[in-house]
Amino acid sequence: MTSPPASHPSFWDDTGKTGIGSWIFSTDHKRIGLLYLYSTFGFFLVGVLLGLLIRLELMAPGRTIMGPQTYNALFTVHGVVMIFLFILPSFPGAFGNLIMPIQVGARDVAFPRLNLLSWWLYIIGAVIILISLFAGGGAPDTGWTFYVPFSTRSGTNVTLAVFGVFIIGFSGILTGMNFITTIHRLRAPGMTWMRLPLFTWSLYATAWIQILATPILAITLVLVMAERLLGTGLFDPGKGGDPVMFQHLFWIYSHPAVYIMILPAMGVISDIIPVFSRKPIFGYKMIAFSSLAIAAAGSLVWGHHMYTSGMSDTAVMVFSFLTFIVAIPSAIKVFNWVSTLYKGSISLEAPMLFALSFILLFSIGGLSGLILGAAATDVHVHDTHFVVGHFHYVMFGGTGFAFFAAMHYWLPKFFGRRYAEKPAIVAWALMFAGFNLMYFTMQVLGMRGMPRRYYDYLPEFANLNLVATVGSWILAVGLVIMLVNLFRGLRHGEPFEGNPWGGASLEWSVPTPPPTDNFIEEPVVTHGPYDFNEAGRP
Amino acid sequence: MSHEEHKDYFGAKLGMWLFLFTELLLFGGLFLLYAVYLRRYPQEFATAGKQLNWVLGSANTLILLTSSLFAAMAVTAVQRDELRRTVRLIGGTILCAAGFMVIKYFEWSAKIGHGIYPGSEHLKAGPPGESVFFSLYYISTGIHGLHVMIGAALLSWIGVKVRNGQVNAGDFVLLENGALYWHLVDLIWIFIFPLYYLVL
Repeated sequence: MTSPPASHPSFWDDTGKTGIGSWIFSTDHKRIGLLYLYSTFGFFLVGVLLGLLIRLELMAPGRTIMGPQTYNALFTVHGVVMIFLFILPSFPGAFGNLIMPIQVGARDVAFPRLNLLSWWLYIIGAVIILISLFAGGGAPDTGWTFYVPFSTRSGTNVTLAVFGVFIIGFSGILTGMNFITTIHRLRAPGMTWMRLPLFTWSLYATAWIQILATPILAITLVLVMAERLLGTGLFDPGKGGDPVMFQHLFWIYSHPAVYIMILPAMGVISDIIPVFSRKPIFGYKMIAFSSLAIAAAGSLVWGHHMYTSGMSDTAVMVFSFLTFIVAIPSAIKVFNWVSTLYKGSISLEAPMLFALSFILLFSIGGLSGLILGAAATDVHVHDTHFVVGHFHYVMFGGTGFAFFAAMHYWLPKFFGRRYAEKPAIVAWALMFAGFNLMYFTMQVLGMRGMPRRYYDYLPEFANLNLVATVGSWILAVGLVIMLVNLFRGLRHGEPFEGNPWGGASLEWSVPTPPPTDNFIEEPVVTHGPYDFNEAGRP
Repeated sequence: MSHEEHKDYFGAKLGMWLFLFTELLLFGGLFLLYAVYLRRYPQEFATAGKQLNWVLGSANTLILLTSSLFAAMAVTAVQRDELRRTVRLIGGTILCAAGFMVIKYFEWSAKIGHGIYPGSEHLKAGPPGESVFFSLYYISTGIHGLHVMIGAALLSWIGVKVRNGQVNAGDFVLLENGALYWHLVDLIWIFIFPLYYLVL
């Protein structure tokens, strides 16, 4: 397990070309993965900046740094950027592409050119969204949910933004198709379904959601555009339409979409925890199948976003019941992770710290989700900062922290160099503290009745808002330290060779950085991804 | 690792089928709206549906079914390596697609000529259920028409590849996938036609 032999140069210098063309037209899954990583993470930083500005405005009552219209645009663009440009495409696009083909023992994904097209569609969609921010009517101000009737009447560039999201939807569908076909068809000899690493299992479940849910978003967005351009009136009560139907269609996609965001994160955690506990994963089959169970049950719970929108009481109760069902497979995962830790030989390195904090933050987010999933309590906290706190716990504390864990765990494998451990831990501690200070305070604010998306608030909320804003600064400082340390380390840090963490899945058996075809010889898999003894670990 | 050129037919078709699911679900959203609004406005839907020309609708159904037959025959022909016949059959499918679009054009222009189009004064003055019906009609048949054109363009491109011998008896999965897409276009019409022209 050393650096690749000269006959098999690493994917960095195999083509002999170095220009940008050798990247943006490459069909190598590793290069596309890095393209996705840079582009989605770039947008993540934009989203962070917008989020910090929102918190700055809310630091004190009344006008702080911007007017109300700017504020409306800001929280809309923060949501659109974070959801459609970062969190949905980032895990499948970046780490799915980098890791999954190697984990199944393939040279590349099933459709490499389609893979490149996915990235290009993502970029085209992103550019259209960027244009919508600055062109004529101004940045959209509807919130990322594009709720009618406001989204059909707002004078801002909603049509353009919606079109950009539509294009990005196609990108996700193509990635999903590609991954399902890859996992079905390109597994190496001996790589049975029950030997697939759990990250790949989670991507498999994610890909099905991408395929089955995204078209509904596409048609919904087409209808919003038709409403704005042609006046079709399908969501306009004045013309016989019904705005609640928009909400149904929107959430039929957008609720399953949160599982596109969280499932790969759970997969990363399932891969990291056994490696740093020096112990096989507990309940492999249950974790694998619970991903599919979440994907299936999660597709039937969209109505829990709409308890106050005017559904029948029967519908509210059915959706509430189904929502609680989703808690079961989620809890199965948490219990299995904790059981894996039990009596393990735990080493608290950076990826593990991020993974452990994922478990805690995701649990807080998940449990506050049950408060929202129960109709009786939801009515009180609906559309308050409690909701904002809840989904940031799941999306940022969950997926975001898992993404950082994956960056520390896997990126050194592709760069051949690693970050410094101590600054990574300091960054993690700051981010963890700042995160909780900000979002837990938001949940308290919500419980006390502060609505979300409001520009101004009553003086009694001032102290807690100040605390939340200070939390956002601590989080930001931690983030900067993490990024500087991580990317400096990947360029100039200590060499990273072979399998220092002792992982047993296939990506740790290939040279560092991997050659173009990933494997020197076609691998034959003889043991499971967490059978550390069989893998002859150091 | 060796670099032998290896094409995974099963994989290519699996990918195509997955894509077809997404197309079904895209139209699924429209069928869902149809179901909800039909329940809300049964009378108006019936009145509005009777204004559609079922003769033209039936003609288009026949045309599309014929086109699908040609597409299926083209796949059989290419398997027997009868490339000239394959090209002719693909041409037949594309001609049918053109015929379908021409009939659609006359149907739409007749309706628009009567002041029936989304947001028109005529529909605003009438009962709201009819406005909803015609909006759904235009969007469903419009997106379907777009798919007919995309399918025809796709088959033309494949037809050129057949003529150049790039698609042949040894390697015809592209034509198979193109035909699958065309059958999907046909299948969706098989649902649109009765829902809008017949059952009301």
